[in-house]
Amino acid sequence: MSLPETQIPAAEASARKLTMVEALREALSEEMRRDERVILLGEDIGIAGGFGGAFTVTLGLAEEFGHRRVVDTPISEAAIAGVAAGAAAGGLRPVADVQYGDFLFIAMDQLANQAAKLRYMSGGKISVPMVMRAPVGATTRGSQHGQSLEAFFTHVPGLKVACPSNPYDGKGLLKTAIRDDNPVIFFEHKLLYGSKGARKEAGGIEVLGHVPEKEYLIPFGQAKIARPGRDITIVANLLMVHRSLQAARILAERGIEAEVIDVRTLVPFDWDAVAESARRTRKLMIVEEDNLTGGWGAEVAARIGDICFGHLDAPIRRVAAPDTPVPFAPVMERFYIPSTDTIVATAQELVSSY
Amino acid sequence: MSASTLDKTQKAGMFRRMVLCRKFEERVYYLFLEGRLPGTVHQSAGQEASAVGVCSALVEGDVITSTHRPHSHAIARGLPVKSLMAELFAKSTGCCRGKGGSMHLGDLALGMLPAIAIVGGGIPLATGQALAFQYLGRKNIAACFFGDGAANIGTFHEAINMGAIWNLPVVYICENNKYGASTSVDKVMKVEHVSERAAAYGIPGVTVDGNDVEAVHRAMWSATERARTGSGPTLLELETYRFSGHSRSDPGHYRPQEEVAAWKQRDPVALYEKALTDQGILTEEEARQIHDSVEKELEEAVKFAEESPSPAAEDCLSDVFA
Ligand SMILES: Cc1ncc(C[n+]2csc(CCOP(=O)(O)OP(=O)(O)O)c2C)c(N)n1
Ligand SMILES: [Mg+2]
Repeated sequence: MSLPETQIPAAEASARKLTMVEALREALSEEMRRDERVILLGEDIGIAGGFGGAFTVTLGLAEEFGHRRVVDTPISEAAIAGVAAGAAAGGLRPVADVQYGDFLFIAMDQLANQAAKLRYMSGGKISVPMVMRAPVGATTRGSQHGQSLEAFFTHVPGLKVACPSNPYDGKGLLKTAIRDDNPVIFFEHKLLYGSKGARKEAGGIEVLGHVPEKEYLIPFGQAKIARPGRDITIVANLLMVHRSLQAARILAERGIEAEVIDVRTLVPFDWDAVAESARRTRKLMIVEEDNLTGGWGAEVAARIGDICFGHLDAPIRRVAAPDTPVPFAPVMERFYIPSTDTIVATAQELVSSY
Repeated sequence: MSASTLDKTQKAGMFRRMVLCRKFEERVYYLFLEGRLPGTVHQSAGQEASAVGVCSALVEGDVITSTHRPHSHAIARGLPVKSLMAELFAKSTGCCRGKGGSMHLGDLALGMLPAIAIVGGGIPLATGQALAFQYLGRKNIAACFFGDGAANIGTFHEAINMGAIWNLPVVYICENNKYGASTSVDKVMKVEHVSERAAAYGIPGVTVDGNDVEAVHRAMWSATERARTGSGPTLLELETYRFSGHSRSDPGHYRPQEEVAAWKQRDPVALYEKALTDQGILTEEEARQIHDSVEKELEEAVKFAEESPSPAAEDCLSDVFA
């Protein structure tokens, strides 16, 4: 599948195009150059002749920054997360990663009980400026290598959650995450990496994005209108932004103008942007790859239903994965991941029935 | 069957299983290159002696747990090759009906829990299987495969300690193939042998040449005796090497070529074939027949897999709850 890139405002445009992997790598290296305290922790991230992490994001960084700052760990996710949190409290700015987001469950105690709560339990005396990067998304690897886990972390007070859909946002948000004084869970989608060569993902989409050479940051809590429209608002993140944009193009051919909002960060969340759009279009749907029940979309539906009650002409709909684990067989996986067709059908139904 | 009395039939059977493991991986490799299999795959060529040596000491009702690299374990445990191949093809006739894939091969009714692709995730499960055997008064044991990389994750410590304090009928089998993905063991472990860690739990720890199938069988046999008689677990470390990259996409540039070449000199399948023919246990003709019959079995397995139906998309929704 090949999709046109996400639209970005003209002011942000530049001639240079990067993949997500290249943009994230650039964010890491820029921040490491400007701040000695930034170190990387993870499995297989800096081994000579190795991978540069599971998806090549850290390739070449050990050569530039040395093994003192690009630290290869044993397979020990709980300790990776906890050591990052401890080092953060001790004055460093660690960027840790897990090879697949699914392994965050192993690190859950250190993230949810330690990193997220040190500040609160200390009466505000401690800060934990760490980033935990985690690839998500189903890619025919089955139930333990394809989950989307954003909702687990949006539920924990004290954690920030970012989820960029394109290289420009990836770089700007990762730099902001590293400078943030709080623990940030940074989700990346496997099909958006644009990894090349042997690490190329089957089914990956080409999201080459304009990334200016000049330094920039993207603040947390600012959603982006990825496509303006007047008839319905579609809120999405990660891969689902691209499926929603594709759906919007199909809907446009049928005379329906969908507005697509890329949330960019889930915590903090840009309630104003979504509420403003929903009031304008009077119809809202949310698209996420996570399981339906208790997904972050459920929170958006509940809150917008509350804030915008009386401004909406239709029920708020969610398009999400069914409440099942991720299946292996491609035919089942295609059924599992929300498709462009389902987004189109749902939007069309909302617009035509209400 | 006992360690000292492996007879000709048993040895020939073990050799055949090893050839089946090897040739299965060779086929899978090409099927992947041809784009006929979805997903990813972690291959086990080079590690056949550990898989077969361990499973040759098991009896009906015993259970193995496995990892992201489960093909040889499943074959060695005796799961039908057709159902394994069909699973890799994502077909409804696969051992997990197309829901599991390469990393979750298994069939509990046949003595193998679906493989666990979370490193270390299978160690508590094997311990729990052993608790159930002990509680139910069954004579069976659990055999828990994991890699050197798994020796550094928390579940290794927590579960082996429990197995030890409760004298559970389980054997913990670390296939030390010198690398966890690109990471060499000596970078992530200060002790030389994983088996040394057994001392911390008060159980025996043994390191064995994992490319010598009969040595593996003997060591596993004594560990199972201990486990079956209520004396508790053993930590068995099998030193071996994977011939392929870590996964389908890995060319393995982090391993010195001389190291790879040296291990290929100690190819467990070739070693065993030579030993058996040298000792006159198999004639060259008999060895050739084994190779031929394996090829034929695999040919049929691929055909079976290809001709099997795919699951329906909606099958995604079933099997969530019992
Ligand atoms: C908890 C966890 N962390 C990381 C991974 C990614 N991963 C898969 S296999 C592997 C290396 C495992 O090494 P080892 O245990 O030695 O087994 P081997 O691959 O050598 O058979 C890694 C890091 C994983 N599957 N699970
Ligand atoms: Mg290993």
